[in-house]
Amino acid sequence: MAETKVQMTTRMINGRTGVIYIDGEINAFAENVLMDAYTQATSQGAHNIVLDFSDLDYMNSSGIGLLVTLLIRVKRQKQRLVACGLTDHYQQIFELTRLNEAIAIFPTETDALSALN
Amino acid sequence: MTTPPSPSNDNDPRQSAWSPPVPRMKVTDVPAGAMNLNVDGRQPVSPLQGFGQMWQKTFQVRLSGVEMTPAEVMQVWKENFPKFQPPENRFYPTMSGLKPGEVVLIDAKVPALPGTPSILPVSTGVLVLYADDTTITVMTPEGHPESGWNTFSTFEEDGVVIAQCQSLCRPNDPLYEFFNRFMGSSGQQDKIWSHVLTSLAAHFDVQEQVTTTKVLIDPKVQWGQAKNIWQNAAIRTVVYALGTPVRWLRK
Repeated sequence: MAETKVQMTTRMINGRTGVIYIDGEINAFAENVLMDAYTQATSQGAHNIVLDFSDLDYMNSSGIGLLVTLLIRVKRQKQRLVACGLTDHYQQIFELTRLNEAIAIFPTETDALSALN
Repeated sequence: MTTPPSPSNDNDPRQSAWSPPVPRMKVTDVPAGAMNLNVDGRQPVSPLQGFGQMWQKTFQVRLSGVEMTPAEVMQVWKENFPKFQPPENRFYPTMSGLKPGEVVLIDAKVPALPGTPSILPVSTGVLVLYADDTTITVMTPEGHPESGWNTFSTFEEDGVVIAQCQSLCRPNDPLYEFFNRFMGSSGQQDKIWSHVLTSLAAHFDVQEQVTTTKVLIDPKVQWGQAKNIWQNAAIRTVVYALGTPVRWLRK
């Protein structure tokens, strides 16, 4: 089994927004790390989730699938999911896979937080 | 706080595994025998654009005793991709093969009722969204029975190569959803992926049971996507087939 090559940390802002910082690669084996980070943010009362991809090294198609399953969980909890820090390449991938129609994309965390507030 | 990502992040050579942007699918060369209906000009769709319940289905087979790397197994899988499909499910890759951005045409036959022979034609296709040494993901177009992705991958677990098909999809419109829930289409699709993995294993002289895991990701239907039925590939293929005598007489 391939090993997980990603670390995620969370930071709460204003008690309503949880920022998940993604550092490494998102592939099929990142599922537990991603869902744990989401659970941590939610358990602290987050209504908004920001995925910060600034330190993303690589994401494959299984990683995009993980984002879809996370998005469904977020929507079922009536929360909001946005993304920031995507390179041009991964912004194109979001458009190609049409994730951008459901997950708003912002250049930086500051822009994402401003929009959520 | 973060700064905008550096452009240097975009230099990873693995990024070429992704398809270039494809706003609408384009069929440039039609392999001999393929119908080429319901693909050209269609938008690729993700699980978010479909109508029905979203399922993640995972099919796996252990290739015990096969002394190859996952990448070597995937290479064999790619080279024989159409051959491993069931006879009623014909795949037509282009001459370029299963490469990112390529379109694979599909001519399938499905049963009209559960347990009856597969006689209803469905002509469709898929876009190769992603392809690297151990993974291929295809994305369906508007009108395809499913809206979403199918990922074919190989990896090693406890020293054994595992071959896996995983779909993350919703039925594309209300008719497909009805057939999935009540007319056995879902089981028919399951049989296809089991057949593919069984054929792949048989290619290596392996006889192992295919395991299946199904997870209901989203139990809700998306009524806002009911309009997708307008592009239903099954209806359009049947209408096209019924018009064949008229087109023949006009010639």
